[in-house]
This record gives sequence, structure tokens and C-alpha cells, in this order.
Amino acid sequence: MTAFLEFDHLRVDVPTPMGPRPVLRSVNLAIAAGEAVGLVGESGSGKSLTARSVLGLLPGGATIAGAVRFRGTDIGTLDAAGLRRLRSREVAMVFQDPRATVNPVRTIGDFLTEVLRERGMSRSAALALAGGILADIGVDDVPRRLKQRPYELSGGLLQRVVIAAALAGEPALILADEPTTALDVTTQEEVVAILDEQRRQRGTALLFISHDLELATAVCDRIAVMYAGEIVEILPAKSLHEEARHPYTKALLRARPGSVPPGERLQIVPGTPQSGIEAPPGCVFADRCPVVEADCRTTVPLLVGGVACHLEVP
Amino acid sequence: MTLALAAPLRLPARRLAALGWASSLAGLICALVVLIAVFAPWIAPHDPNAVDPLNAYAPLSAAHPLGTDDLGRDLLSRLILGSRTSLAGPLVVIVLSGATGTALAVSAAWIGGWFDAAVSRVLDILFAFPGLVLAITVAALFGAGFLAPVVALSLAYVPIIARVMRAAALRERSLPYVEALRVQGFSGWHICRRHLLPNLAPLLVVQAAISFGYAMIDLASISFLGLGLQPPAADWGLMIANGQPSILAGFPQQSIAAAVAVVITVVAFTVVAERMAAR
Amino acid sequence: MIGFVGRKVAAMLGTVLVASFVIYGALYLAPGDPASLLAGGHEMSPAALAAIRAQYHLDDPFLVQYWQWLSGVLTGHLGDSLVFREPVAHLIGARLLNTVLLVAYASLLILGVGVGSGIVAAVGGRIADTAVTVTTTVLMAAPAFVAAIVLIWIFATKLSWFPVYGSGTGFGDRIHHLTLPAVALSAGYLAYLSRITRAEVRAELGSDHVVAARARGVRRAAILRRHVLRNAAAPVLAVSGITVAGLFAGTAIAEQAFGVSGLGSLLVQSAARQDLVVVQVIALLLVAAFVLVNMLVDVVNAILDPRLLRAREVG
Repeated sequence: MTAFLEFDHLRVDVPTPMGPRPVLRSVNLAIAAGEAVGLVGESGSGKSLTARSVLGLLPGGATIAGAVRFRGTDIGTLDAAGLRRLRSREVAMVFQDPRATVNPVRTIGDFLTEVLRERGMSRSAALALAGGILADIGVDDVPRRLKQRPYELSGGLLQRVVIAAALAGEPALILADEPTTALDVTTQEEVVAILDEQRRQRGTALLFISHDLELATAVCDRIAVMYAGEIVEILPAKSLHEEARHPYTKALLRARPGSVPPGERLQIVPGTPQSGIEAPPGCVFADRCPVVEADCRTTVPLLVGGVACHLEVP
Repeated sequence: MTLALAAPLRLPARRLAALGWASSLAGLICALVVLIAVFAPWIAPHDPNAVDPLNAYAPLSAAHPLGTDDLGRDLLSRLILGSRTSLAGPLVVIVLSGATGTALAVSAAWIGGWFDAAVSRVLDILFAFPGLVLAITVAALFGAGFLAPVVALSLAYVPIIARVMRAAALRERSLPYVEALRVQGFSGWHICRRHLLPNLAPLLVVQAAISFGYAMIDLASISFLGLGLQPPAADWGLMIANGQPSILAGFPQQSIAAAVAVVITVVAFTVVAERMAAR
Repeated sequence: MIGFVGRKVAAMLGTVLVASFVIYGALYLAPGDPASLLAGGHEMSPAALAAIRAQYHLDDPFLVQYWQWLSGVLTGHLGDSLVFREPVAHLIGARLLNTVLLVAYASLLILGVGVGSGIVAAVGGRIADTAVTVTTTVLMAAPAFVAAIVLIWIFATKLSWFPVYGSGTGFGDRIHHLTLPAVALSAGYLAYLSRITRAEVRAELGSDHVVAARARGVRRAAILRRHVLRNAAAPVLAVSGITVAGLFAGTAIAEQAFGVSGLGSLLVQSAARQDLVVVQVIALLLVAAFVLVNMLVDVVNAILDPRLLRAREVG
């Protein structure tokens, strides 16, 4: 059976003055239709690039090895028309900062209906559809909103508009790249709740990118932990605490507020976050791992049984 | 975040190196032009005003490397002497407009209120006069020559410099150290003179340096129009205009040589100024 | 929006009014007797000077004189040039068309070629980018009078495609005659605008909202038109407006260099002969045109980018 979405030994190199260097080393992950997977890790771990690779949105000059397959089709083999079809009909993306990702000089209505109208839908039908979705996700005064421009809306409201635009195309998969990071704390939960509720109702799969483990566990079925361009552990969201085996996952869990009794000092992950470019050649986490062994520095551990760690090989 | 990570790595190192090379060359040209202007009478091979009608329109030769003009005057000598007024004009413009503009800007930013509003309105009005129009009008009132266009242009450049300096002075004024000095009982005059102005000086130098190139073009334009220095003075703008009839006669040297001198000098000074601004 | 336009128009009228006051008042800053200044420095008999004093109300209080002059300008009674011995209105009327055509021609070149080449440089690949960048680097260093000299040199002695002197008669002939002046006038601005356009289009191409539009599967042509060019339009227009406004002053150089009979060359010739009656009117006209174009640009810009409107209304 072909997987719904599958990253198969995906490697992405970007040009640097020292020649091409990997930002993604070897990403392996399969997502089922209708499933929600959280992709969690520190800045620079390659989470965004992983999500963007599904849409073929790689930085200029990047080279790709391995494959991303959506419903059995290798994204890398798609031509421009095929990519456009994929982007406009099957996979939608919600970016981090709605202020930056919505064209500031066009109206909300233009933004919501742009893709629908390119498909040949009439202006009034597209506006009716988009307005319906806005009302569904709790936006009031819809006719006025459609005529407003981005700067007239709050960040939380604008992110709802972005989510509505993603839903309007009736995609089978939504990629959400830290959709709440740019919002203030009170609106974060609302926006995540809307995303969660809507995708459950519609049976849409979700790849949810976050550096916030708590948030990811709340909306996802499984969690994939990423470090320096590799997925180091995949495990069910429900049993994250009990089943975490990779030293990095454990360190992340300890670094969350609420993981230690009140009054005690919060633990941090020792060392500084690394990208795929800087990480050591063996196990990517070897430099910061508290239980590192000689073998870790020379041999790349394989992702077996949900974890990529030499110490966890049965 | 991945894009942000990749971006600084993609800065083309070669381009930066090329820029350094160009700005060194520009700096060298600036120094050379200034030296030529200072020592012009000693460098010039001939008397720039020595008329020799029998030798008019002489071609390029060892005695006259750029040939001679319609009156037989040595073009190279005139070009060398011309550098003096061509540089002195813009220099006076940036000194006058820089001093006036900064004084207005700092006092407007410091005093604030109605004074600031009034200064801003005056600058707006001044902005409505294109430099060239102002200079031509002033030349009409006071007669053509060196001084009238230079003063007019200084006036036209005041709002350009004052706007930048006012914004900077407002920013500087709101910094905590100014408040701290006030609390310690220093007078506004003292704070402006000893702290505010020295901190604004680098910005002023950059602004003035950038304006220098523009002032040079504007003054050369006015000379070209015949409203600046009058013949027989050797001035680049004037040389371009005076050489124009000779072009039709097939002797373009005078105009072209003076035009090249203007362009090279302006470009060199602007490159150096941009380099200073980037730092 | 209407309030915004209203305030802009009011500010423009205020500026022009103050400018007219300054231009007229400058007569009294100049050394010497205003009557002999108005006479263009000619030696005049006391009787003739008295006639001038009467004609220009020079014995009235300053504000009354100014009002007489201003109402004359507003009603088209511009007075007589004592140098050309002709009514100023005739002098200007005969030359206005050439100058307007020249400015329009140069503006078209700047907007068409400047903006066009900037867009091509930004999206047309490496070779187009290099070609445009090299050309604009050379052109940007060329002030109008240098461009004029080079063009005269080329077209007077090497090629004879365009006339290098005179204004021509009839529309087609005028355009033919105005080609070189328009090119000389616009060259530097054109290069500058090409650079600005390239930078703005580049910045928009790399912006997050364009990446997001690509991620949504919007067609490339639609992204270019609706998101890149549309968003780059406001800053590009702002700069074009400033350059076009600057063209009015630049006509003095282009017209003088190519012997075009227009307002710019009239201003220069009048200034050289100290014909203040003419200089005052033309200076006021050029200032008014400059302020008017700047105001139009502000308004169009506010329509193109409503964020500016709000920022200004708040601030």
C-alpha cells in the first residue's frame, strides 16, 4: 500500500561558500490520510524545510536526494503545472506570521478567493464559499471583513483568515508551520482549536510544526522529534512522556515548564542548537548528548522502531 | 528559519571584494583631484588664459596633450585650473547648507513645539523650489557669477540636510543619557554642543559627502547655462558650454574633456560617500 | 480619502502662495532700485523709470504691489517684458507647448524604459540583469548637460538620425526635434528609476507573501502581476513622481543645450538678461508644476497603498 505522505530518506543540500551542505540529512516519516503529526524541534532543525519540501518550495540552488511522495507521486518529478495543481488543490500551507504572508495591499476577500477564482469559480460564488468558512470558524461581521485589508485586522483574526483560505481549497493535507508563534498567548489557543476542529470535521491530514511540545501533543496523533536535519524519534502523542527513549526527546521533555515541581530549577538542553550543516557526522546529537559513546561519533544511527539511537538498539 | 539560516551563507564574497577595490580607486581619484586643484598653477603646463589665435583648434600633441580651444588656449591647463572653482563651489555649498541645516535641525528638535512646527513649514516651502530654479532666479536678481548660484544652492540644500539631521536629533534626544545630563543640571546649550552635535557629526559628514556630488552637478549645470562664472574663467561647466559650438565644427575635445572630468569626479566622490555611509 | 485629498490640495495651494510671496519679495532683496531692476538693468530716463514705477505700482505699499502682481498672474495679465518688448503671456504661450511635450516625452521614457528595464532586470534572468545593470551604471553618472554634449557629438558628426538644434514645427517634427533633448533630460533619472524598480521587484519577489502565494499554487503570471508588480507599484511611483517633478527644472538645461524654444530656455535667457518680470512668472510656474506633481503622486500613492493613508491620518 502506498502511504498518503511519505518522506523517504529525504536529503536537501544548500549551497554555501564551502560547497553544498546538508540542511536535511535523512528525513524518514510516513503520514496516513486524516492523521495529524507534530514535527517538533529547536530552531534550525529543518522543520520548516521539511514541510516546504512537500510543496517543492526549496531555497534557490538547493539539491534534493531521496524523495517526498504524496499519494505515491514523487514531488520532485512534478512539472510546474503539476506542482501548481498540488499546491492549489491537495496540500495547503499555513505560515508562521500572517502579517507577512498575506499581501498587505489587497483585500481579505481577494486573498481568500484568489485560488478559487483561478480554478474558474465566479467571484460571487468564491466570496460566498469563503465567507461561509469564515463564519464557520467564528469570524463575525463577515461581509465587512471581506472588504478590509490585512492591516485593519488583528494578528489572531488574520491567522483565521489564512486558515480559512487553506480550508477553502478543500485540501487533503494541511501543513501548519508554527501557526501560532507570531500571535499573542491568548489567541494562540483559539487558533489552534479552530485548526484542530476543522481538520477533524473534514478528515484532513495535518503536519503541525512547532517548537512547543505541549501544543503539538494537544492536537496531534503522533509526534516526530527533529534535530539537525534528521528525525530522531517518532512516538504516539498520548504516551510521549512514558515512551520517550531518545536522549534529545527526554531533554526536551525536561526543559518544559511544568515538567519539574514548582520552585525547582527548570532544566535546559545543554549546548546550543545545531543545524544540519553544523551537526557532527555520526549521530547528529552526539555533541550535546549526556550519554554519548565512542560509537555515536562515527556511525549514523538508523531510525528503527521509532527511535534513532545506538543505545536503544534492541 | 531554514531560509534565514541559509541567507547569510549566500552573500557573494567576490562582490564585496570588488566593492573594496572600486572604493579604493575612487578614494585615490578624489585625493588626486584635490591635489590637482590645490597645486593647479604649478602643474598646468601653460597659462590657461594665453590666447593664441594662430594655434586655435590644435590637435592633440606633446605640447598640448588635449589640444587647444577656439582661441588657441591649452585645454589641459584650462582643465587643471578649472578644477579649482569646480571643487570650491560644491565645498562652499555643503559647508553652508550643512551648518545652517544642522543648526536649524538641532534647535528645532531641541526646542520642539511651535518652533519645530515653524521650522518644518519653512523647510517644506524651501523644498518646493527645485535647486536649479532657485539658482537661476537668484542669478537673475544678483547677476551671474560664482557667489549667487552657490548661495542659492546652499539654500536649496538646507531642507535636504535638515530633514535627515532633525530626525536623527530627535532620536538622539530621546536617549536616556540626555535625560541623565539634564537631571545633573547641564544646560540645553551645553548638552547640544558637547554631546548631541558630536554624536550627530558622523551622519552630517556622510550627508555632506553625498550632497557634494549633487552640488557639483548642479553648479556645473548653472555654469553650463551661462549663469555661473563668466568667460574667460576656466570652469568645467563653462568649458562644456563654450566647447559646444566647436563640436559641430568637429572639435569635441573641450566639451568632452570637461564632461569626463565632471563625471569622474562626481562618481569618485559619490562612491567614497556611499562607502562612508555603509560603514 | 476625500479629507486626505482636501488637505493635500490645501497644503499645495498654501505652499504655492507662500512661494509666490517669496518670489515676488525677492525683488526687494536684490541690490538696487526695483524699477531699474525690472527694466532689466537698462539705462533709463527718469521719465521711463517713473512709467515703470506706475505700471508695476512700485510706489504702493509692498502688500498692495504683491496683490496687484498676484491677481495679475491669476487672471493671465502677466505684464510686459522690458527686454523682449513683448507681453509675458505671449512669450510663455509661444513656448509652453514645447516644454510640456518635452516633459511628457521624457516622462514616458522614464516610466516606459526605466520601469520596464527594471522589471526585466529583476525577473528576466542573469544576462538581462547584467546588461541592464551595466547600462544604468553608466547612465546614472551622466548629468543632463553631459548626456546632451555626448548626444550632440554623436548625432551632429556621426549619425544624423535626429536634429541636434531647434524646436521644429507641427507635431511630428516637434517630436523628432525633441527626441534628443528628452533622452538627455531623462537618461540619469531613467537609470535611477530602473535601479529602484529592480530593487523593489526583487524585494517583493523574495517577500513572504509571494512565497505564500506560490505555496497556494497561484500561477506565476498572476503572482507577478497581482502581488509583485502591484506591491512594487507604490514605491516605484513615489520615486517616479519625484523625478518627473524634477524634470520641469531640468528642461532649462535640455532646452538650452539643443536650442529648443521653451519655458526653460526662456527662463535662462531672461535670467541672463535680468528680465525679472519674466523670471518671476516662470519661476512661479515651475514651482507650481513641481508642487502639483508631488501632490498628485502623494494622492495616487495613498490609493495604491492604503497603509500610507492610515499612517498619515494617525500621524
